[in-house]
Amino acid sequence: MLIELKDIRHIYQLDDPVVALDGVNLEIERGEFLGLIGHTGSGKSTLVQLLNGLLKPSEGQVFFEGRDINSQEVELKEIRRRVGLVFQYPEHQLFEETVARDIAFGPKNAGLSEEEIENRVREALELVGLDYESFKDRSPFNLSGGQQRRIAIAGVLALKPEVLILDEPMAGLDPAGRRKLLELLIHLHRELEITVILISHRMEEIARLADRVLVMDRGKIVLQGRPAEVFTERERLKEIDLDLPVVTDILKKLEEKGLKVRTDIFALEEARDEILSALEKQSQFRESRPC
Amino acid sequence: MSQIEMQGVEFSYRAQQDKALAGIDLKVEKGEFISVIGANGSGKSTLAKMMNVLLVPDKGSVTINGLTTSDPDNIWQIRQQVGMVFQNPDNQLVATLVEDDVAFGPENLALPTEVIRQRVDQALKTVGMDGYQSHPPHKLSGGQKQRVAIAGILAMLPDCIVLDEPTAMLDPMGRKEVLETISRLNREENITVVLITHFMEEAGLADRVVIMQEGRIRKTGSPREIFRDTGLIAEAGLDVPEVVALANQLRQQGLSLPEVMTADELVDSLC
Ligand SMILES: Nc1ncnc2c1ncn2[C@@H]1O[C@H](COP(=O)(O)OP(=O)(O)OP(=O)(O)O)[C@@H](O)[C@H]1O
Ligand SMILES: Nc1ncnc2c1ncn2[C@@H]1O[C@H](COP(=O)(O)OP(=O)(O)OP(=O)(O)O)[C@@H](O)[C@H]1O
Ligand SMILES: [Mg+2]
Ligand SMILES: [Mg+2]
Repeated sequence: MLIELKDIRHIYQLDDPVVALDGVNLEIERGEFLGLIGHTGSGKSTLVQLLNGLLKPSEGQVFFEGRDINSQEVELKEIRRRVGLVFQYPEHQLFEETVARDIAFGPKNAGLSEEEIENRVREALELVGLDYESFKDRSPFNLSGGQQRRIAIAGVLALKPEVLILDEPMAGLDPAGRRKLLELLIHLHRELEITVILISHRMEEIARLADRVLVMDRGKIVLQGRPAEVFTERERLKEIDLDLPVVTDILKKLEEKGLKVRTDIFALEEARDEILSALEKQSQFRESRPC
Repeated sequence: MSQIEMQGVEFSYRAQQDKALAGIDLKVEKGEFISVIGANGSGKSTLAKMMNVLLVPDKGSVTINGLTTSDPDNIWQIRQQVGMVFQNPDNQLVATLVEDDVAFGPENLALPTEVIRQRVDQALKTVGMDGYQSHPPHKLSGGQKQRVAIAGILAMLPDCIVLDEPTAMLDPMGRKEVLETISRLNREENITVVLITHFMEEAGLADRVVIMQEGRIRKTGSPREIFRDTGLIAEAGLDVPEVVALANQLRQQGLSLPEVMTADELVDSLC
């Protein structure tokens, strides 16, 4: 077991205390691709901030390779190097005067050589689709929203973490950037066997990428399973403000109109083929319109 | 006179060689709903900031209901007419309580206290944040902050609302509700809407779509016109909505389908 959360409760102390996590137990295997979904305020960001020790749970324990990360003998610095977190709002993560220094911050702290640091900065910028020469000396604060997002992602990639946690990383990215990041995540997961935890409100992204989907509702994990298991629970998901991926929704609607199609499909090409073959089958029985 | 008129607008940020806006001509009529799409850094937020005088052009002119933004005497009047939801709610939420933040806009309109109170509560209800009146805004989840920022604009009810990626952090139901509210305000109250988004299906809700590329307007047209031009869409780093993509793929396989923009249209034309 790589990561384990045990009997977690997390309470934010305000005048009116907020119970953000309430009885969370979770085990994450090395190499898994985990998708985390849930309505606004359900506790996703709180949960992932526990995983690298940014937040300490009010109750319960967080284990990394069997060690309690909030105990005396564990150095949080080591955990943060191995577990990289891309924040929900990139501005919360950027602080250096130049883009290059910002991305170099992690690798520098990890004690890498100057040369290695520069290589990593170059490589990370390239991975997020920004030109090194044009961006390295710019202030990360004087950039567009999507450019800031890319810098924030690059800063974490430059660390080469074993566990990569991304909190709504696609928000603010343009469609081409989103596609590129999607491909990058698939590559990191499949080729480099990085453990990935992805939070997203875009159901199609989660459905296409994750091995296992966790669904949160008011501080609890209320549903989990393979995408094909979770995204067939339309009513349940709607009750907690979620929905089906676009393509799945279309298939479901076709099924309701009487076309015999599978509804556990998330990819465009697969949906296309399913619809075509269902139409073909039906038209063998009927003359004109298939349903 | 159009509600928003931009003529030959150019703008560069200090210390930045490339122009963020490199000659923009755009008219938005009262009651129109336009969406603006374009790659990261193409100038969308800069364009939006021109509309409520957070920025003024280096060259060219921007007028709102005939008032030029370059005259500092017009600033307050224009800001009462054009309300804006920022890309990052942290830049917008400044008060110590949610209700004060939401009341900020209507207070500037010098409305009576009871009316403000009523509008604030109603707006918070609309975005599903009723009960958070006395919560500190910086201690909210990402999506909750975004909802409160949207409530601020709903409580103000200006002539024109400019929204810069307002749904980026919302859950599917929240997104649907916000888009429905925006559409309703546009339809029923004749409020002009400028919606910046990276989500093509949202852009498709507008009367007119504007594509930005490198500080210029590359093309404007109805959603159908825009998303038909798949070559341009790819070149501008964009995409077509998933529904449109699926319909295109089905057509390529020989199925004859009419032009569709929504899931329901596609389903109805298949069955
Ligand atoms: N810093 C904070 N102080 C106090 N309460 C907080 C803080 N951050 C979050 N909360 C509260 O804790 C709960 C869980 O918030 P969290 O940020 O984990 O939600 P989330 O699932 O990430 O939501 P979103 O999808 O909106 O980002 C919410 O009710 C929120 O209001
Ligand atoms: N405060 C600033 N200082 C200097 N340059 C800036 C600043 N804000 C934006 N820019 C630059 O101006 C150009 C246009 O930025 P703008 O924020 O308008 O883009 P955008 O279309 O909104 O992008 P995104 O989709 O990423 O939000 C970009 O090249 C960006 O780097
Ligand atoms: Mg969050
Ligand atoms: Mg922007």
